[in-house]
Amino acid sequence: MRTLLICLFALLSVTPLRAQTVAEILSANAGLIEKSSRQTIAPVIDALAASGDPMAAEVLAAWQEKALAIRKGDGAFVLLKTTSDGYEVRDLTGATLGTATKTDVTELKPNAGVRAMIATALVQFTLSDPDISKRQAALDSIAKDPKPEALLPLRAAIKLEKAPTILAQKQRLEQLLTLRFDADPAARVAAITGFGADLGLDLRAALNPLVVTKRLAASSPPDGNIARALQPGRDLSQTEAYDLLVAAGLALPRLTIEAERAALLANLTDGMVGGVALADLASQAARDRAYTALEAEGRVPQAMTDAEAKAAVNDFQFYDVYVEPDAAVTSAASAALTSIGYRVDFMQAADLALDGLSLASIYFLAAIGLAITFGVMGVINMAHGEFITLGAYTGYVVQQWVPNYTASILIALPLAFAVTFAAGVAMERLVIRHLYKRPLETLLATFGISIALQQIFKNIFGTQARPLTSPAWLDGALSFNDVVSISYIRIAIFVLALVFLGFFLWLMKRTRLGLEVRAVTQNPGMAASMGINPDRINMLTFGLGSGIAGIAGVAIGLFAKVTSELGTDYIVQSFMTVVVGGVGNIWGTLAGATMIGGLQKMIEFLNPSNTLAAQTYMILFIILFIQFRPRGIIALRGRAAGD
Amino acid sequence: MRNQKSRLIFVLVLALFTILVTIGAQNGLVSTSFVKTLGKTLCLCIAALAMDLIWGYAGILSLGHMAFFALGGYMIGMWLMYARTEEIVVASLANAGLPATPEEISQGIASQIFGVVGASDLPMIWGFAHSLPLQLMLVVLLPGLLALAFGWLAFRARVTGVYLSILTQAMTLALALYLFQNDSGLRGNNGLSGLQNLPGVTAGQQEVSLWFFWAAAAALCITYIGLSAIVSGKFGSVIRAIRDDEARVRFLGYSVEAYKLFVFTLTSVIVALAGALYYPQAGIINPAELAPIASIYLAVWVAIGGRGKLYGAVIGAAVVSLLSSWFTGGRAPSIPLGFATIDWVNWWQVLLGLSFVCVTLFAPKGISGIFDWVAGAASPDRKGAPLGRDDGSLQEQEALK
Repeated sequence: MRTLLICLFALLSVTPLRAQTVAEILSANAGLIEKSSRQTIAPVIDALAASGDPMAAEVLAAWQEKALAIRKGDGAFVLLKTTSDGYEVRDLTGATLGTATKTDVTELKPNAGVRAMIATALVQFTLSDPDISKRQAALDSIAKDPKPEALLPLRAAIKLEKAPTILAQKQRLEQLLTLRFDADPAARVAAITGFGADLGLDLRAALNPLVVTKRLAASSPPDGNIARALQPGRDLSQTEAYDLLVAAGLALPRLTIEAERAALLANLTDGMVGGVALADLASQAARDRAYTALEAEGRVPQAMTDAEAKAAVNDFQFYDVYVEPDAAVTSAASAALTSIGYRVDFMQAADLALDGLSLASIYFLAAIGLAITFGVMGVINMAHGEFITLGAYTGYVVQQWVPNYTASILIALPLAFAVTFAAGVAMERLVIRHLYKRPLETLLATFGISIALQQIFKNIFGTQARPLTSPAWLDGALSFNDVVSISYIRIAIFVLALVFLGFFLWLMKRTRLGLEVRAVTQNPGMAASMGINPDRINMLTFGLGSGIAGIAGVAIGLFAKVTSELGTDYIVQSFMTVVVGGVGNIWGTLAGATMIGGLQKMIEFLNPSNTLAAQTYMILFIILFIQFRPRGIIALRGRAAGD
Repeated sequence: MRNQKSRLIFVLVLALFTILVTIGAQNGLVSTSFVKTLGKTLCLCIAALAMDLIWGYAGILSLGHMAFFALGGYMIGMWLMYARTEEIVVASLANAGLPATPEEISQGIASQIFGVVGASDLPMIWGFAHSLPLQLMLVVLLPGLLALAFGWLAFRARVTGVYLSILTQAMTLALALYLFQNDSGLRGNNGLSGLQNLPGVTAGQQEVSLWFFWAAAAALCITYIGLSAIVSGKFGSVIRAIRDDEARVRFLGYSVEAYKLFVFTLTSVIVALAGALYYPQAGIINPAELAPIASIYLAVWVAIGGRGKLYGAVIGAAVVSLLSSWFTGGRAPSIPLGFATIDWVNWWQVLLGLSFVCVTLFAPKGISGIFDWVAGAASPDRKGAPLGRDDGSLQEQEALK
């Protein structure tokens, strides 16, 4: 089929004027060109385009930009270039002829229609331009604004294309244009089916205009490509159906409350309107009665009441009609869109899973410090969120001193750990140490620290958000196709979360410190009698948990706004993550983060307009979940469970 | 018997205070806005009393009670806003030539109230807003039922201690986030406003503020007497026992969950009523009032005042919230330090947070500990024996019998 079309195009190009120079074509058609109009000029433009003269493109471009002229002396065509005092003149082979003044030449002024035709003819020259970037730009401009005229030049250009990547792009674009603009419906259907369930956005953009419908009311089935008949009350509301009738001029507009009120007021005489007393007009029924009376007297325009409107709707039928007239094309296009839809759904599920995973890793990162202080030690630290903020601000301060973003992040991570580790140790020594075994008091005291810290941040850094810029190599996203993509920052956070999971497991299971921590949390008295110093272990463990919060703060600060309230946004979710997962077990925290992150993304997907609602439902779900598994997803058993 | 005495002292002090403020207000010594502040403070004292019952006596640290406070405010606010808007709409339609139809009035009210969130229909939940008795019923029912449902779920699953605190905090957060949406039906972010204008009342704010002040004082008085009766009876002994050792109370045959649920629901309703008195004085309510931090402040007041002492809760709420408004109102003098100035608007939170840490660490009895210390001579000598397992909470009944 396509070969046939290309042959057709080739035939079209073989005009009687073939193999002439540009100058010959122009002088042969001088009359036509001087009085050029859209109806008559096409053969001349085609001849120029097909002449094979290397100057053809330049001459066409000059003609389009009104820089082609006839010299008054001999009637020869020349190219002009405006200078300060007249024109620089070249002949049609490009040789310079000197200068001329305005009076020496007659400029050709093609009208807008002709210029558009020239522009179309020029497309094939840029499409075959020796410069590959120009070819690419021409393709991009066609793809951005597809027009039927681009089809033939594009096909011509495919034959000449050597570069494989551009060739592939040209062929794809040619197919996209074919399915929209080709004159032969069979060719269009072939093009549509040729794509299969391709996921490209460009394909969907090309297919969607084919299945656009318009809604109309008619007394008998209309001509054209009917998508479906509509039933008022089922497919569209009575009001919508009636509005369609009004829009089509098949019914009178309905009476609005405002119009009725104005009409009644206008006809108010001696406290009576249409036989109803003014004081009685305090109900809609009375007003309607008065209006009907006025209608009967002919003093107000006729208007439909509800019952009349309903009857009118029943007299007509309503249809969705495709704008595209060819049924074969529309059915192929809608079938293609459906099968694409299924694949897009599948890919969206994959994308959603990736989103959920990245949110889960953020929650995990925010919660892993808590998994140590709360999960292992059983200390409720409400200031944990402020430690996250402290880490983020540390990153910000480092970036003020170290302008290189990569270096500053590499410095900020350990520094944030050090700063929050110190803060955690100080807090443990000064406050928490005195409150072990009194969890409610711990909660309140650490909350006091939390509000104090928050206000201190506000006093130092102000209330506006501070930027924490990620290095350039973390910009952008890894995209698998037009649907599935994930930004590099999120991948980095995922990796960081994995690293911390590994670190935590190694620390707890493989080091002396981890052994001592487990011993102290399970039985401090026994641990102490074995020569472990519980004070030192508690201090180190708490510092460690806080330090990890600081590192999480740097990571979160890379994509969230760094304000004094940064931590508050994560603290409740973090506690939820630990509680839902199961206290005292890192795998539980991981499971909790995965569940909360995944579910939140899923709820957001079901109700995309409203992320606030998603969080609300998420928390409700957690409250219900705790009903069924009060000790979390992974509950510790036996001696490790403690009390 | 001593409890009776403290009850009498409390009522006398409150009555004296009310009379002084009334006289002051009528002679222009106390400004209208300060009367409002005092009235609001009294409402916060009621909430603190309820918080003391559930935390100080029953040992349940709920970080969600201010949500019920705000819900009560929302419920009364709906009526205030609806009735007030109705007055305005009817007045404006009266000049329009034709007598207004009911449809026009309700349409006018809906677009007045909801124009700000881009809607023009009254949502379902405003169905009762036209009637004060129905809406007053909602003030009690909605927070009560919410507390009942939440408490039933939580206590049934034996969620205790800090887990319950976190869960109640999550509940507050969920409610706040829900109300922040524009399509929640309660004007989203904008909240309800203009609540200080009572419909059908022509008296000026000066008088209205006094009415509310009296109402708040009376409500505080009733709440105090009621709660002190509850905690001094057998019921009080059981809930204190639950606080001290839940498992033993259960083994003794008491239904711990039922007691907890009752206390949780009762305090929620008390707090909601306090909220319904508070917000007409504040004039505006929005979802920020439900932020988890508000409920934590409630706990802060009770802790600073002294847990397990009803008057402690009242003192704590009054002292801290009045100090707070004094410091944040910019009236406290700044302290120049040479290199920097301590501006209390910015540093009050820090002071509050740190003093809170200090109270928790060094004075678990709070301000009311001073009273104990003064009255210490009259207390029985327990020969140094501790008051109980949790020395952060007090068992005055046992200590004083």
